[in-house]
Amino acid sequence: MMRVAEKAKSEGNIKIVEDATCTFCGCLCDDMVLTVDVDAKKITKAKNACVLGKALFLNYEEEDRPFALIGGKEATTAEAVEEAAQILANARFPIIYGMSDTTCETQRKAVGLMDMLGGTIDSTTSVCHGPTGMALQGVGESTATLGEIKNRADLVIYWGGNPAESLPRHFARYAVTAKGMYTPNRKKDRTIVNIDVRHTKSVPVADIFIQVKPGADFELLWALRALVKNRHVDPNIEKKTGVSMKTMKDLVERMKNCRYGVLFFGMGLTMTRGRHFNSAAILSLGSDLNEYTHFIATPMRGHGNVTGADTVVAWQTGYPFGVNFSRGYPKFNPGEFTATDMFVRGDADAGLILASDPGSNFTQAAVDHMKKIPMIVLDPKYTHTAKLARVAFTTAHYGINVPGTAYRSDGVPIELRTCLDSKYPSDEEVITAIYRRVEQLLIAKKRSKGANNKRQKAA
Amino acid sequence: MGSTLRIVNGRVHDPANGVDGKTRDICIKDGKIVKSVPPKTKCVDAKGMVVMPGGVDIHCHIAGAKANIARKLQPDDHRRDIHRRMELEKINTRSGTGGTVPSTFTTGYRYATLGYTTAMEAAAPPLLARHTLEELDDTPVIDKGFYILMGNNVLLYKMLQEERHEEIRNAVAWWLNATKSYTTKLVSPGSDEPWKGHRNATITQLNDKIDGFEQLTPRKIITSMVNTVDDLGLPHPVHIHCNNLGHSGNYKTTLETMKAADGRRIHVTHIQFHSYGGKPDGEPTSKAPEIAEYINNNPNITADVGQVMFGKSTSMTADAPLAWMLTRYSNDKRWVNADTECESGCGIIPFAYQERVYTHALQWATGLELFLLSKDPWRMVLSTDHPNGGAFTSYPRLIRTLMDREFRKQQMESVNQRAVAKIKRGHHMEREYTLQEIAIITRAGPARILGLKNKGHLGPGADADITIYDEHEDKELMFSAPRYVIKDGRLIIDNHEFRNNHEGKILHVSPLYDEGIEDVIRPFVEDFYTIRFDNYAVSDHYAPRREVIPTTKQ
Repeated sequence: MMRVAEKAKSEGNIKIVEDATCTFCGCLCDDMVLTVDVDAKKITKAKNACVLGKALFLNYEEEDRPFALIGGKEATTAEAVEEAAQILANARFPIIYGMSDTTCETQRKAVGLMDMLGGTIDSTTSVCHGPTGMALQGVGESTATLGEIKNRADLVIYWGGNPAESLPRHFARYAVTAKGMYTPNRKKDRTIVNIDVRHTKSVPVADIFIQVKPGADFELLWALRALVKNRHVDPNIEKKTGVSMKTMKDLVERMKNCRYGVLFFGMGLTMTRGRHFNSAAILSLGSDLNEYTHFIATPMRGHGNVTGADTVVAWQTGYPFGVNFSRGYPKFNPGEFTATDMFVRGDADAGLILASDPGSNFTQAAVDHMKKIPMIVLDPKYTHTAKLARVAFTTAHYGINVPGTAYRSDGVPIELRTCLDSKYPSDEEVITAIYRRVEQLLIAKKRSKGANNKRQKAA
Repeated sequence: MGSTLRIVNGRVHDPANGVDGKTRDICIKDGKIVKSVPPKTKCVDAKGMVVMPGGVDIHCHIAGAKANIARKLQPDDHRRDIHRRMELEKINTRSGTGGTVPSTFTTGYRYATLGYTTAMEAAAPPLLARHTLEELDDTPVIDKGFYILMGNNVLLYKMLQEERHEEIRNAVAWWLNATKSYTTKLVSPGSDEPWKGHRNATITQLNDKIDGFEQLTPRKIITSMVNTVDDLGLPHPVHIHCNNLGHSGNYKTTLETMKAADGRRIHVTHIQFHSYGGKPDGEPTSKAPEIAEYINNNPNITADVGQVMFGKSTSMTADAPLAWMLTRYSNDKRWVNADTECESGCGIIPFAYQERVYTHALQWATGLELFLLSKDPWRMVLSTDHPNGGAFTSYPRLIRTLMDREFRKQQMESVNQRAVAKIKRGHHMEREYTLQEIAIITRAGPARILGLKNKGHLGPGADADITIYDEHEDKELMFSAPRYVIKDGRLIIDNHEFRNNHEGKILHVSPLYDEGIEDVIRPFVEDFYTIRFDNYAVSDHYAPRREVIPTTKQ
């Protein structure tokens, strides 16, 4: 039986790795053919990669950076593990955040670390499709793996997302020009609709573009739901949404009469006014349409393994993100146990940022708090967050140096291949080492606490 | 491991070895049961207790994509049922949440706490096998395996349409190897094509033509898979969820399906859900007597009951049209549909079975009838199709219902009387299961049906998976809190306390096949799936601890 890690041909210092997976975005295209110059430690060609994938692979270089920094000073990995463990073991309300650009193997260990520490764990989901996770809890969903969509979908609607720039191969591999079992003529067999507040680069592939007024997505979705159910809709909706009744009715007819329809939605819905209401509205619209035909509504996810983060946190705790263990069992409360909120309120007294860079994209108030507390960062790159961290580890790159599992945005797990070795440890190794040391420290703490109690009792 | 242990003074129920309540010693060495151990070995005194092999769950849904969506869907299910982290002497356990779909760690601990040491996840799309294996790897204590969904596999349809039986055999063997699974599962064969491709239509007759495959019928798929699995000599036969689950009048489909096996081995799962009379779309009645009689008379058939238990459940199934139908009867408005390319459908809805509802009471009574009319406990074993009929944590209550006639009568009186009135009266309603029969339907029977030679018994060579219960009048109490649970020779529950963690293993098959079949599967995967063929098969590290159960051909 074939093994994923072994599919490589070598000739001299040139190695070809076939069927490698690109972890840049949630498409997780697994058809990369990488040409690797082993001596130069460079990837010289990345066949099948899109512009983002090329940027990932061709710009890859193992920077000659310290294995770790403590307070900005060079340190060994072991020294940094000790420092990180001390910080976490002495924290009262620590948080792990990130996890969207690492393997599930690492994510599984990270959740275990926080379970032991009684802290909080959250992933970048809370700032992208967290609202969709919350909407799911309210209304369910009708979803599919991308292959089913490739094979069957004859109506594809993109809403509040711009895959041409953020998921460049989404069209060709899965939903627009892909050739499937019942869509042999590719785009000719499909109608593509784009709904957005602005004319993005994704619009040109669409047969129909519907421009909705900013902040009126929910209203448009709700009107479409009503029209699907043949309910009366106030004509003022046209003014509110900027979309004519005729356009809405035409879309509704197309949706009801297609064979297999799909609503793909992006952060244009989840991170604007309405948030989880928007997600719930589009998921409900998708479900409602199943009274008439087969219909799917599914989010487009950004980071390589952000779906894996939800998946792992859910199977280990029952909840997808924003989970706190301080009572000795998992509690879920977005807004309370989500990273931005914990930083802005000043709740967290230590943070471990795993393969993510909130220092560059969180609000200033959150970043200001991060600067005040001891932060630990694990990342292949020297990120903004690493710059403000007390302890910064340089780790190897998943999907290039490190094998493991990543989940595509539709939940299909893919085993990553490696093409180059790294002198840096994987984040899984670092988390494991921190876990072991924290465990020792907590036991010691418990013992000394027990001894103190005894002494007090004796006194 | 590496240690020895002796259980003394216990009343042993080991049906596979013909031991029915005799007091005898059980010796354990290196995780296995042996004939004898040195005299100075550590002893567990089981005086006044009942010793049984560890429980074996032949059909449950505990890990993988659909279980995880069900977890994500229902924070309400977890909130009121927490599972605390424990700091033990030797190791810490993980925290988690319970409800009808517990988190993985909690699932493992809770099975162990009930005296169950093996459980089989009953449905995973092969494409998502990695997910199932990762979750099973995070499910502690118990040994586990899973069945792959093969009843709606488009490539197999194409092969079957052209009668390429030899290739089908090789392809199925390839798939079992590629996923590290235990057997094949058919879920409502033929139903996904009309569901996905024909505006959520469905298929109702075994002779209906399947959308897009004019030569195919559910009957052909069933016959083909029964033969294929039998030819491969898998330890467990094909595991069938018949067509028309939950529909009134479906018992005819169930009988036809069993007849289609034509004397070859077949396991019909959660058969309670397939034993209804009545007109389609009308009220169901019980046809348990007809189904039980057929099974009693046909030794090639095995079944698990799929008992309905009153209270919260989660309906999660590869039978997507069924979940869609159930939305009509559920107060909860949440519905999940999830298609897996070329392989499966899936539907999930939160559900609750209520005593006062006619249909629910009838389903409950139908399950009990099947148990009470079964003449061969080795072939009609216990399940609730966890969490569809109810959570596995309700097994002790179900056991009491079977063992305690008065308790059963009390319950009968408190449920919908119109439903109860339709159940046939007779002396079978007075039957009380014996401890020996319970040992058969919860461990020895499932182990034998699964072909697990080292499970479900206490003879030399068996895995030292043992449960020791205090004898108690109240059988629910007795079976919900074993005094000792031993897994692979280690005391996990010691004097009612959870003392030790343990990592169980993956049980899977590895039938031989002609590697040339890869040249047939490869182009299909590359054209109609969205991952590369060479990224399809799971590598060994997804099952770090595993045991290959040999086929009869190996």
